[in-house]
Amino acid sequence: MKLALPLFISCVAFAAGTEPKVKLPTSRADLLNGEKLFSVHCVRCHGPKGVGGRGPLLTRARLTHAPDDAALINVLEDGIRGTEMPGAGAMSDREIRQVAAYVRSLGKVPVQSVPGDAAHGAEIYRGKGNCAGCHSIHGEGGIEGPDLSAVGEARSAAFLRESIVNPGAAVPDDYLLVTVVPKEGSRVSGVRVNEDSFSIQVRDSSGRTHSFWKRDLAQVEKQPGKSAMPSYQGQLSDSELTDLVAYLATLKEAK
Amino acid sequence: MRAALLFFPALLAAQVNVPFERIRDADREPGNWLTYSRDYSGQRYSPLDQVNTTNVSKLHIAWIKQVDEADTFETSPIVVDGTLYLTEPPNVVEALDAVTGRSIWRYRKELPKDLRLCCGKVNRGLAILGNTLYYASTDAHLIALDARTGVPRWDVTMADYKNGYSSTGAPLAVKDKIITGMAGGEFGTRGFIDGYDAKTGKRAWRFNTIPAKGETGNDTWAGESWKTGSATTWVTGVYDADTNTVFWGTGNPGPDWNGDVRKGDNLYSDCLIALDPDTGAKKWHFQYTPHDMNDWDSTQTPILADGMAAGQPRKMVVLANRNGFYYALDRLSGKFIAGQPYVKQTWATGLDEAGRPMRIPDAEPSVEGKLIYPSLGGGSNWYSSTFHPKTGFYYVNVKEEGAIYHKGEAEYRAGAFFNGGGQTGYKGEEPYGAVRALEVGTGKLQWEYKLHRPSHAGLMTTAGGLVFGSNLTAFFALDAQKGSLLWHFETGGWIDANPISYMHAGKQYVAIASGHALLVFALD
Repeated sequence: MKLALPLFISCVAFAAGTEPKVKLPTSRADLLNGEKLFSVHCVRCHGPKGVGGRGPLLTRARLTHAPDDAALINVLEDGIRGTEMPGAGAMSDREIRQVAAYVRSLGKVPVQSVPGDAAHGAEIYRGKGNCAGCHSIHGEGGIEGPDLSAVGEARSAAFLRESIVNPGAAVPDDYLLVTVVPKEGSRVSGVRVNEDSFSIQVRDSSGRTHSFWKRDLAQVEKQPGKSAMPSYQGQLSDSELTDLVAYLATLKEAK
Repeated sequence: MRAALLFFPALLAAQVNVPFERIRDADREPGNWLTYSRDYSGQRYSPLDQVNTTNVSKLHIAWIKQVDEADTFETSPIVVDGTLYLTEPPNVVEALDAVTGRSIWRYRKELPKDLRLCCGKVNRGLAILGNTLYYASTDAHLIALDARTGVPRWDVTMADYKNGYSSTGAPLAVKDKIITGMAGGEFGTRGFIDGYDAKTGKRAWRFNTIPAKGETGNDTWAGESWKTGSATTWVTGVYDADTNTVFWGTGNPGPDWNGDVRKGDNLYSDCLIALDPDTGAKKWHFQYTPHDMNDWDSTQTPILADGMAAGQPRKMVVLANRNGFYYALDRLSGKFIAGQPYVKQTWATGLDEAGRPMRIPDAEPSVEGKLIYPSLGGGSNWYSSTFHPKTGFYYVNVKEEGAIYHKGEAEYRAGAFFNGGGQTGYKGEEPYGAVRALEVGTGKLQWEYKLHRPSHAGLMTTAGGLVFGSNLTAFFALDAQKGSLLWHFETGGWIDANPISYMHAGKQYVAIASGHALLVFALD
């Protein structure tokens, strides 16, 4: 095969597109194999038994991007454009159907609601936590941190809680902290918004974007695993954290 | 004839004529680019030096050709006496004036809607012989076009696209034959290299890259697995006129990542094949990756290079293989001369005296996933490496990247994907790229120019002392001797192509396909 995954995935989609209709397998052996494949390919983001993590929880009867089985197959084959969900380049058509069948079986398990007082969580978000200083929800707030308008769909409650108490645990790729030291002029710290072999672009905490030719730089210091966000461990009580997470879990894409 | 050319340039430009001898003696007309790699050696070296280390920093856009449809744009144009011929997505051949970029003619063939393609409607270029252009289309047809008008002369079916066969590489014109490979390694095809009569389109010979029952080498495939073993031939080979030998690389065995169903060395997958271009008879073969389980096609264009190896002058055929090792072979015998890793690799302890990799047990795909270097993209890939006869260096655009390889089930159905697994990305070590210059007889590193991320684009050297290459969306030039950066240009589009250079009316041009455009650069 010629290329790496992205192109390959699009072609898998084409091959599947020739199928006349979607029928997911139902046998126990198929579901068991689907579970096995899920544990290899999907658990890293969606958590064991689809309880969610970096990726959304799948223990729901209705999945946002997969309202029917054909859409679910497409999501598994192609991934979801504009998100971190990749296509299943490593699975055969049959294996994808087995995984789809397993994912559907997860939706039949009763869902546990996220505990906490979401209304109180919203107050903490705007007040004590000052989260809006750095994060936006539907266009309101700062831009130093990631937009949270639909974070309740994208992340599990456990992942959100961990991100609040230990922000460096899973820093998004486009929020890598860097300090750029020019040969002449003052240094700039911020998040790396783009980089190639010849230049780098950095957004500082005021929201201003700086662009540098690498030939003009003495040094680029990168801090993988570090976040500009402070830890709220000890800043918020356990119940306040629970309420804040409950609020974030309600944030969904505006319909 | 030469005098007539001077007196009637406009008239003769319309009378396209590129006999075999012109391609064989390509160095006599350094301003043209007559075949995929310019000449038969595969070196992708231009003898032009108007653009050189002292002035390349002033290189700028001369003209741009936008293509109509978006797909990966991998074309490597050919240029004959002021006309540039290129292929464009989805299935277009066009002739452009090489100085102004204005179109002269355009050919488009509609494609079936149900093509089976792994990687887009890509095409890498054309061959020319006499006044005919030859084009291998994605639906596995070989098409002859009048180079003056774009009018089709003949169109032959190489194989049935419904069974997963396609074609993406530029054909190679040798004497009176058009030699072409095929693609479809993800669909359980059976690979071949074909030779066609250039005038009539009648197939003169076929070399099957997987021996049939009863033929030598068939016993390297368990059971009936040879029937669906792929070993495709999707990048253009090279030709040695001194020995009348064509050298052509073959792809990975299928299914790609599950070797359980095809125990054995799986000949002639991942090989270099030396063929007689008149008959298609095999002279020798060398297998780089016996029983490949990582999708490490060996289809990239090999390079014929003369140089010193172990203190002796040698006629070699060399390449930096996708499996992470550089190889120098004797091009007369196919015997291994030297080799060593040119990128990080974790699947073999080295190469033995015959050049066979010594595998590390368990360094193979598993159901749970196994981290192996290099990734399935390889240490390098289909795109061009280059050789500069003055520096004696082989240059390769490398990928330093590992991947987690998974083994999955493999069930053959005609025309459907037949992969048996795949890979997921590994970010434990940040992937990066580099242009590396290697000593041609050994593969020993001479210098490297590091790149932010792995590239997927080819290199070209020139007599101006330059190495042209690409990384992501940038096109750049390095000093061929020292590896220092001399010029770069942000093209704004992803580059998956090889550069070329030509000269017309006293001006040298450098061309690269980027995004959905062909960009052509020159000095004032």
